[in-house]
Amino acid sequence: MTAPTLDRSSTETHRQSLIARLFDRWPVKLGLLIIVILWIIPTLGLLISSFRVPNLVSTSGWWTVFGKLFDTAQWTLENYRNVLSSEGFGNAFLNSLAVTIPATVIPIAIAAFAAYAFSWMDFRGRQWMFVAVVGLLVVPLQMALIPILRLYSSGGFIGDFQFFPDLNLNGTYMAVWLAHTGFGLPLAVYLLRNYIGGLPSSTIESAHIDGASHFTIFWRLVVPLSVPALASFAIFQFLWVWNDFLVALVFLGGTPDVRVLTQALAELNGTRGEAWHLLTAGAFITMVLPLTVFFGLQRYFVRGLTAGSVKG
Amino acid sequence: MEDQGGDLDLMTREQEADKERLGRSSGILIILYRIVASLAVPVIAFTIMWVTFTWLRDSDASRALQVLVAIFVGVGGVFALFWGMDFAVNQLPASLREHVRPFVFVGPALVILSVFLVYPLINTFIISFKDKAQEAWVGLENYGFVFTDEAMLRSIRNTVLWIVIVPLFSVGIGLAFATLADRLRRGEAFAKSLIFLPMAISFVGASIVWRFIYSFRPEGFGEQIGLLNGILIQLGGDPRAWLSWEPWNNLFLMVIMIWLQTGFAMVILSAAIKAVPDDLLEAARIDGATELQIFWKIIIPSIMSSVVVVSTTMVISVLKIFDIVWVMTGGETGTEVIAERMVRWFFRNDHDGRGAAIAVVLFIAIIPIMYLNVRRFRAEEAIR
Repeated sequence: MTAPTLDRSSTETHRQSLIARLFDRWPVKLGLLIIVILWIIPTLGLLISSFRVPNLVSTSGWWTVFGKLFDTAQWTLENYRNVLSSEGFGNAFLNSLAVTIPATVIPIAIAAFAAYAFSWMDFRGRQWMFVAVVGLLVVPLQMALIPILRLYSSGGFIGDFQFFPDLNLNGTYMAVWLAHTGFGLPLAVYLLRNYIGGLPSSTIESAHIDGASHFTIFWRLVVPLSVPALASFAIFQFLWVWNDFLVALVFLGGTPDVRVLTQALAELNGTRGEAWHLLTAGAFITMVLPLTVFFGLQRYFVRGLTAGSVKG
Repeated sequence: MEDQGGDLDLMTREQEADKERLGRSSGILIILYRIVASLAVPVIAFTIMWVTFTWLRDSDASRALQVLVAIFVGVGGVFALFWGMDFAVNQLPASLREHVRPFVFVGPALVILSVFLVYPLINTFIISFKDKAQEAWVGLENYGFVFTDEAMLRSIRNTVLWIVIVPLFSVGIGLAFATLADRLRRGEAFAKSLIFLPMAISFVGASIVWRFIYSFRPEGFGEQIGLLNGILIQLGGDPRAWLSWEPWNNLFLMVIMIWLQTGFAMVILSAAIKAVPDDLLEAARIDGATELQIFWKIIIPSIMSSVVVVSTTMVISVLKIFDIVWVMTGGETGTEVIAERMVRWFFRNDHDGRGAAIAVVLFIAIIPIMYLNVRRFRAEEAIR
């Protein structure tokens, strides 16, 4: 009695879902398409403009190229050649690398250890320490610049006690790395604790019972399991440092031999604000490496940053 | 479950017994060891880096070499130091070891945070009670300014609008996009990459990108090269100066931030959606639930904690928003925001006291959001 009914209803839902799927797909695709188009229009304008002949960029809208796509007289690579050679973007690219790579790796290493301790080690004050760290997320970076600048140039004092030596660090890469490490740590600890704290407790506890030390568990078990989260945060920290303008400006200074890409671009924006053809080419050069990194590492996003906290 | 509880009980009981045995003198010893453990890694790493750098500066080595040495010292060095500290802790008396060890792990982060964030924070708090050049104490005068100055009040109003509108749209669009893209058979990664793309653009770059959208030229200064005005003219309208059109110019600036941040929300929410068990969705479908019901009753509750994380990070980054306003309008024509005011008073108007007071207000504004996160953290601990 029940068996045939069940049978019929299940074939019905099956048929329904097939039809539904056919009709379902179109709104889905249409919705996605609209958002995608809205999102790429601004960048598209930049990309097109960077390949146009200088006087055309500033006298007609970039969308007018669609009327005459094959008119070769309007296209040029000259903008890129100019920016890379005479505007010093090549050198700035190297400087950006020198700043970005260590400023990405150091905070991740330190944050991973801290995140492990906050998740799996037992000590008094663990919760409020973590809350305090997360609370530091909101310290506006601009607020910290002046005190740290003084710290670097003349050391730090609490009353008469000198807690930070007088080292004259300004203008070195190290000054920028340390600043980025400090500013990046709260988010790194917050996100990595979310992930590492969400790892199955049975695995970690059984390792303990087998006599593994905290260091072994961290190094052999937690780090390999957390690769997706570490990689995801690495991407964010990389993008953030690479795109940063303010920190580099304050601690590195703006002389041509040390300046990073964003500084080179901002300077171009300031001195040649109407040189749209150079600005667009320069802006696109600053985007190349971040895009490469993102496309190279994006498979880690499948498991993502917060997979540990998903169960909530 | 019960086993676990028993274990934990046993552990805490052992620890309490430990503590009683240790007495007061070794309590001080523990604190001392903890401080040493916390400081060792950053101080040693810092010294090594500084020595290497002085050497490099003097030896006039090439930039490539400097970078290589830095990566070696930064990466290898930090891990080696952590390992060394752990080894050192193992040499301590057994009764002390596990009291000190957590600080080997968590100490370096705390030390660096203290120097780079806590110290500036305290410094700012003190300055906020001082005058223009940090010479005389002025009591609450700067705070009085924050809540009476017209531009300040406008910036507070605008910031409230920013923290409501930007996360709402970023998370909303990001969630919609992640849900829809999840149903694609092919091209999901590609579609997601296109939304994420603006994340790779610096604020400086973004301001150049958006000048091609909002650009306005008064009559007689040539053809419009901003897309919005181009469209308006096609439709037979008159071009507009978008960024000085109060109060809507605030909205146009927010659009830039939404454009930049939606990729972040989308990536994280997409990962969360993929972690919802398939059989749960399948079971709901067999029971005759519509796709909409599945979305609201199954997907949304299962990804709620990710939504909270994303919204928190988003609200915080919006609170600190400064670059977009600074570059696009300079805070003119009614587009002030709190962080922009702070930078202006600190760096442009050279009034340290007011700048600091604004920063403190910004910091206090975040406390309710932190409270929510603490509650979530506790709840998560409880179900583990």
